[in-house]
Amino acid sequence: MIKVRGVDKAFGDKAVLHGIDATFEAGQVNFIIGRSGSGKSVLTKCIVGLLEVDAGDIKYAGEDFTALNTKEREPIRRQIGMLFQGGALFDSMTVLENVEFPLRMFADMDAEERQTRAMECLKRVELEGAEDRFPAEVSGGMQKRVALARAIVGRPHYLFCDEPNSGLDPQTAIVIDNLIRDLTHEYGTTTVVISHDMNSVIEIGDNIHFLHQGRVAWRGDRKGILSSGVEELDKFVYASDLMRDIKGKLQGR
Amino acid sequence: MGLLFHIGRYFAFMAAALRRPQKGRVFAQSTLIELEAIGVQSLGIVALLSLFMGAVIAIQTAHQVGGWVPAYTIGFTVRQTMILEFAPTIIPVILSGKVGSNIASQIGTMQVTEQIDALEVMGVRSISHLVLPKLLAALVIFPFLVVIAMVLGIGAGAWICNAADLSSFADYEYGIQIDFKAFDVAYALIKTCVFALIIASVSAYHGYYTAGGAREVGRSSTKAVVYSVVLVMVANLVITQLLLT
Repeated sequence: MIKVRGVDKAFGDKAVLHGIDATFEAGQVNFIIGRSGSGKSVLTKCIVGLLEVDAGDIKYAGEDFTALNTKEREPIRRQIGMLFQGGALFDSMTVLENVEFPLRMFADMDAEERQTRAMECLKRVELEGAEDRFPAEVSGGMQKRVALARAIVGRPHYLFCDEPNSGLDPQTAIVIDNLIRDLTHEYGTTTVVISHDMNSVIEIGDNIHFLHQGRVAWRGDRKGILSSGVEELDKFVYASDLMRDIKGKLQGR
Repeated sequence: MGLLFHIGRYFAFMAAALRRPQKGRVFAQSTLIELEAIGVQSLGIVALLSLFMGAVIAIQTAHQVGGWVPAYTIGFTVRQTMILEFAPTIIPVILSGKVGSNIASQIGTMQVTEQIDALEVMGVRSISHLVLPKLLAALVIFPFLVVIAMVLGIGAGAWICNAADLSSFADYEYGIQIDFKAFDVAYALIKTCVFALIIASVSAYHGYYTAGGAREVGRSSTKAVVYSVVLVMVANLVITQLLLT
């Protein structure tokens, strides 16, 4: 579980996050949604320690991450898998080497075990056969799937996915959504997904935080999303063409 | 940003770069890759430039030789120029354009495409992981390249003297042996090591603190070369003053 309490973050005079309180439960797919510029990415970067918070604290399983120095954070960071929006694959490594990399750095495994585990992950993201190619030789969507395979190869306790479906075709997006949900439930992972994709939110979101102008404007489960009473959330939700279908789907549940 | 800010951040960066590698095997493998990238891939340009420079210095010196200036001066001048300045200073300056810009653009691209963030989130100490192999590789391979440059330059001088009938081989051979001080080679290698560290670290520093996109990567690459060359020149003056006077 990750608990965020009273987090503020500003860049110069521009305040981006204001007193953010959020709880991301283990074994659940936790979504952070909101319009562009609402602070989703900054919040995520604060949670994983890529940005330092100005105030507040972030606790991983009760341990205050914000109070730790870089070295003290390393054990927690090794339990984190993160899928970046652009993939962030290492372009000098092949697909297989990218996926194996976290294991090479931190796992006590021989080369064969590492390769077997990496191939399992590539299979889960339907990328068998691409292991010897370089990131530049595969499509953007495939890069995203490789990045997800790399994020999950170490069986992380905490999985962060920044726009996991952007750039993917709808069929692959469903595969990725299902994979994120299955891994979360299978390993009890605390999964945090940042997304604009309301279809994903409705399909796999267990716990949803809506950010507006740097504040958590609403939180709840997917069933409550259409009756939130929050005007900004309604606007955000109904901006999506898919919502007409999704609304019908939800009402059918 | 002020000069003091950059100096402070550079030393903090170096302190982080010189931390013990997290995984010895990964570090060793990365260092081998860098040795190939920095060293083997630079061998061609170093050899080409050294051959031409050695030959040109021999021709220019021969042009001055005559009357009271003995013919062995050609060999002596080629040797001294190659050992004292061309190989240990000009070759690193040329390599700062090739190797330095490569390091800065490689690390800069990793920064702007979030590859460095990915390393950090995994718990990898990104500065040490990316920079230490490059520093070590540069420190190991630059002296080799410089020695090769010295040998090829002096050899090219001998070849052109013979081919263009500038002096006899015996005179040239006598020239390259006369008043030889082994310390000159030591001085050259000492300053080469310092230049190697400057070029690798300054380039990595500029690459690592790139923010933005492709344009900023280009700017970092340019800055890396400019600052490396300036610092190499300053260090050259300081080291020469310290060791040769």
